[in-house]
Amino acid sequence: MFDPKLIRKDFPILSRKVNGSPLVYLDNAATSQKPRQVIQALVECYEQYNSNVHRGVHTMSMEATDRYEAARQKVADLIHAPSVEGVIFVRNTTEAINLVANTWATQNLGPGDEMVVTEMEHHSNLVPWQKVTAQAGATLRFLPVTPEGTLDLTSLDTVINERTKLVSVVHISNFLGTINPVNEICRRAHQVGARFMVDGAQSVPHMPVDVTDMDCDFLAFSGHKMMAPPGIGVLYAKPSVLEGMEPFLRGGDMVREVWYDHATWNDLPMRFEAGTPNFADAIALGVAVDYLQALGMDNVRQHEIEIGSYALQALGEMEEVTIVGPTEARLRGGLAAFTTDVHPHDLGTFLDQEGIAIRTGHHCVMPMHNKLGLAATARASFYVYNTNDEMDTLVRGLKKALAYFGSHALKP
Amino acid sequence: MAIQPPGGTAGGINDLYQDILVEHYKRPRHHQLLPDPELKSEGFNPFCGDRVVFTARLDGAGRISGVGFTGQGCAISQASASMMTDVLQGLTLDEVRGVVGRFRAMMQGKVLSEQEKEALKDLVVLEGVKQFPVRIKCALLAWSALQDALAEYSKSRNKLETST
Repeated sequence: MFDPKLIRKDFPILSRKVNGSPLVYLDNAATSQKPRQVIQALVECYEQYNSNVHRGVHTMSMEATDRYEAARQKVADLIHAPSVEGVIFVRNTTEAINLVANTWATQNLGPGDEMVVTEMEHHSNLVPWQKVTAQAGATLRFLPVTPEGTLDLTSLDTVINERTKLVSVVHISNFLGTINPVNEICRRAHQVGARFMVDGAQSVPHMPVDVTDMDCDFLAFSGHKMMAPPGIGVLYAKPSVLEGMEPFLRGGDMVREVWYDHATWNDLPMRFEAGTPNFADAIALGVAVDYLQALGMDNVRQHEIEIGSYALQALGEMEEVTIVGPTEARLRGGLAAFTTDVHPHDLGTFLDQEGIAIRTGHHCVMPMHNKLGLAATARASFYVYNTNDEMDTLVRGLKKALAYFGSHALKP
Repeated sequence: MAIQPPGGTAGGINDLYQDILVEHYKRPRHHQLLPDPELKSEGFNPFCGDRVVFTARLDGAGRISGVGFTGQGCAISQASASMMTDVLQGLTLDEVRGVVGRFRAMMQGKVLSEQEKEALKDLVVLEGVKQFPVRIKCALLAWSALQDALAEYSKSRNKLETST
């Protein structure tokens, strides 16, 4: 097991002060901080071998290509993909989902068909499907969420049925924290002949994810939530599924031969990477994956269970705090959304004055907030470098904030 | 008795949450929508989910004879709405536009004359929000709703005039 206090030394930003206090960064579900190794990889790329990939015969182009493709292999290993053919570099989770929406889904959804998501989806795994299903004359259906914040699987066999063509489910909710039983949902989806997609934005950075064991057809995730720069993400897809898909974007690099009136497509995965890819950030993502693999994804998960338990208990002991989602740390990712009598934005501004960064608002999960009767919540989210001491600081800050606003007699 | 302000920028948070502001948040004025309002509009901030619904009635002389609002959101958005309703009573729509302009100017950093400040009443405490740029939108939510209501009203009047 690793020591988060030692890990902190690798993250230069964590030693800065915010508004006069040491930074307590608890907004990791929005984006993670970057270790020196990742920052260094970017500097190295631009200072030593920056060249376009898959094109030149010159030395630097080959170096860049080698490192870009090595990063792809590292990502494949991380998620236990059987080959690199199914690892497509995109900008982020949102782009990965839009890629599937604009290719597989538009090709395969038709009138009377159904597609299923859950009620707890991030907007990125909801809004693209609203458009695609409406255009196809298909129906978008929802796996319901219980008041405790877990999926109600009693309706699994009716919601996912013979009419279902595609099921797309968030692995870990960025709002409720819930870890969804993706293996079970995947089995049901395949039973009825549907494809299964996982939004792994909050799971791949935080726990072991095995696409071979899960047998999912698509997995989407973002680099920036796992120590890599923003602007690089991944769509994993089964190569057999990709083979049947039309290209998403068309242009250079994704073609084999081009005539004036038509073209043929390149091999996988390049067929889905038109134009110059974001190779520098992809290479940095490879370094981030190295960093995580050295820690061990089991250990990362274990750390977040421990810090999650500590946080849930500390927050739970505060009478004024109501935590949203499952109560047990083992059932959730390393984050906790909560409400108090003080509006989340007022709370967020106050905590920021103490150097504590949390997220406030609806976290791009507006429908689930509406369903729970909440306009906004505050959310603390953790990563490998967060410590129990920081949880204590958060709790102290919260108590101070509640006392401050209480002193103004905000509470009725 | 004030509690010790947090962090290194002592006073900053107290500039933001001044007593008058919190008082408006806790006991908002005109916190009820009016029936059959001539002016009505809703402001929504998708960034935080805050909402303000604004209504106003006009008398025969075209002056505001009644205002009301409801909403939900942070202390700043709701207090700003409450303070806004306090200054509108009895004004013509042109005067209302003047108030909107002065308030927006203050939020954008313009130094107001004593006379201008007086007309804004309690609203001057919102000047403290300027130190927290991300929260300026909260203070402006009700004002955007008010401007929408004015625009909508003018549009419907114009339509009426051209059709008669």
